[in-house]
Amino acid sequence: MTTQTMDSPASETAQDVLLRADSVSKTFVSGTFRKHYTQALDTVTFSVPESPPTITAIAGESGSGKTTLARTVLGLIEPTSGEVVYRGVDVAEMNRAQRAQFRREVQVIFQDPFESYNPFYKVDHVLRTPIRRYNLASSRSESDDIVEAALRNVGLRPEETLGRHPHQLSGGQRQRVMVARAVMLQPKIIVADEPVSMVDASLRATILETLRAMKRDLGISILYITHDLTTAYQIADNIIVLYKGRVAESGSVESVINDPTHPYTQLLVSSIPQPDPETQWGREQEVRDEDEIALTGCNFYDRCPVRMDECTDEDPPLYRTAENRITRCYRYADSPVHHAPDLRSVFVDATSE
Amino acid sequence: MTAATSIDAPLVVKDLKVYYHTRRGPVKAVDGVSFELNRGERLGLVGESGSGKSTIALALMMAHKEPARIEGGSIMLNGSNLLDDNEERVRLRRLSEIAMVPQGALNSLNPVMRIRDQVIDGLKDHNVRMGIGEFNGRVTELLASVGLHPDVASRYPHELSGGMKQRVSIAIAISMNPSVIVADEPTSALDVVVQKQVVQTLRDVQERIGAAAIMIGHDMGLMAQFASRIGIMYGGKIVELGPVSHIFNNPKHPYTRLLISSLPDTRGKRRLEGIPGLPPSLLRPPPGCVFHTRCPEAMDVCMQDIPVNRELDERRFAACHLYGDADGREVAA
Repeated sequence: MTTQTMDSPASETAQDVLLRADSVSKTFVSGTFRKHYTQALDTVTFSVPESPPTITAIAGESGSGKTTLARTVLGLIEPTSGEVVYRGVDVAEMNRAQRAQFRREVQVIFQDPFESYNPFYKVDHVLRTPIRRYNLASSRSESDDIVEAALRNVGLRPEETLGRHPHQLSGGQRQRVMVARAVMLQPKIIVADEPVSMVDASLRATILETLRAMKRDLGISILYITHDLTTAYQIADNIIVLYKGRVAESGSVESVINDPTHPYTQLLVSSIPQPDPETQWGREQEVRDEDEIALTGCNFYDRCPVRMDECTDEDPPLYRTAENRITRCYRYADSPVHHAPDLRSVFVDATSE
Repeated sequence: MTAATSIDAPLVVKDLKVYYHTRRGPVKAVDGVSFELNRGERLGLVGESGSGKSTIALALMMAHKEPARIEGGSIMLNGSNLLDDNEERVRLRRLSEIAMVPQGALNSLNPVMRIRDQVIDGLKDHNVRMGIGEFNGRVTELLASVGLHPDVASRYPHELSGGMKQRVSIAIAISMNPSVIVADEPTSALDVVVQKQVVQTLRDVQERIGAAAIMIGHDMGLMAQFASRIGIMYGGKIVELGPVSHIFNNPKHPYTRLLISSLPDTRGKRRLEGIPGLPPSLLRPPPGCVFHTRCPEAMDVCMQDIPVNRELDERRFAACHLYGDADGREVAA
């Protein structure tokens, strides 16, 4: 395996990086006659260490680029510029053996379980195929045991799940089958794209706890892609808040969510419906001034309640406002500009629970 | 407060039963649900998928379809039973007396009609007669009431964002000042910032026209922000019903307790505990209490007798054997 040589922050060596997204950008082009360009992702760099296992939340609204980032990391979308490197090898240039290893070690749980199912196959097929492909069992009964244990792990009764077609299961049940499948393969990294958004409250906690246990007991790192800051807060160590493809704010999940600095993060946090009737939403109205979309400068300008004239000059850099925090906002221009591109340089170490 | 009279309560549902008739037998999706709704009140009906909450929404709108049938009970809307009305009368009472805000994920607006025409169509269908100038004025007024610019009237749905479309749906729902608004997961698939705006808009217009509202959903956070009372559904029944602060701060039914404690918040990391086990099959519900198979406090009686709904406090109900004779008087179904 080749060892990568790139300017990493001093705190890490190339060997301890499992996966790195390096200055990843993605521009989508649409339209036949008049091309329309959408910058879905704009030079995002972060890495996942070999150890300790970490949970990193990638948060934002629809259009933030979070799903594009997830798909890029998985090698499903080729970045327009930049690269995704796994165990020192560019994902776009892997040979067969490297790709096979990558496919097994980096698993995914998608947002919409419909998408990832072939409706003609029974649930059994979804679970048995990887066992066969990766030789996880030496006999049929061992294979049955693995499947049944994986299902129970996520709160499904094997006798009520196996032998069924996807349309015979609820959305929550289908999603749990996908979680069971991912866990069964004991990967190094799971990219979980909104894994609980279609799951009921009583089960949401169970699945989130399952994800935590995967980190704690199996040493699996997780990229948790979500619009839901509450679940991100509960399970993630660090968070990357994306807005229109750019990192708005990043750092330890506790500091970012309990004390957001970027106006966009502040808007997101104040919109959380707290499960507490005594903590009511504020009445502040969102600014959205479509005449004020800045062609240069900060991409949040049109929605920003505290915008200043200088915000349209040029894109603000990331300012390091605290040891474990960076924010892309000129209001923090007193803080030093953060130069190390890898967001991991401001992350806290994973909590060992 | 004594039992509400029909003047205060535009909606009184009693012992409602809605079954889906399948080859394997009836699925009791809604099995004996009773609640009442006062003017200006906001009720949240919460439950997991399969708890019957969306079936209640359909039944209230009389929009349930085969194989679902209403098997019993009554839906008293402004003092008269919807179940006694013929189809035409039900059609006229929809929108004018009870109106629905559809799911956020559904595109319920007609894609080839301008917003103005969709609003006016609903009014004309209910025999509202006025000049075109008056109609247009009414559309502008309705759009303004949900925070939309008058220009939206001449746009098509695909030109609007998801949040704007839901505001249009709210504007249509209140176009005839109904006494009851039913909102079934009105913000599903909307972003968190937009979700807050839509729910606040719904609350504002509901307060302004003095309607009662029912919001159906599974997001307890949204319920805490919206509802004045909450009904917790499980296995086709309302197992607990009470003021929002009681439900969150002092839940009585073991299911409610587990549900509340399973909710993630942003006030410190903690171990998240789901509710072990699975929801019951409504085709063959367990004997006794529907929750006993998952209940940490289940007693022998729970496996045999279906618990009756008891009033524990003013307008506070729970159906649980833990609250037997001494704690509350039985409520007639």
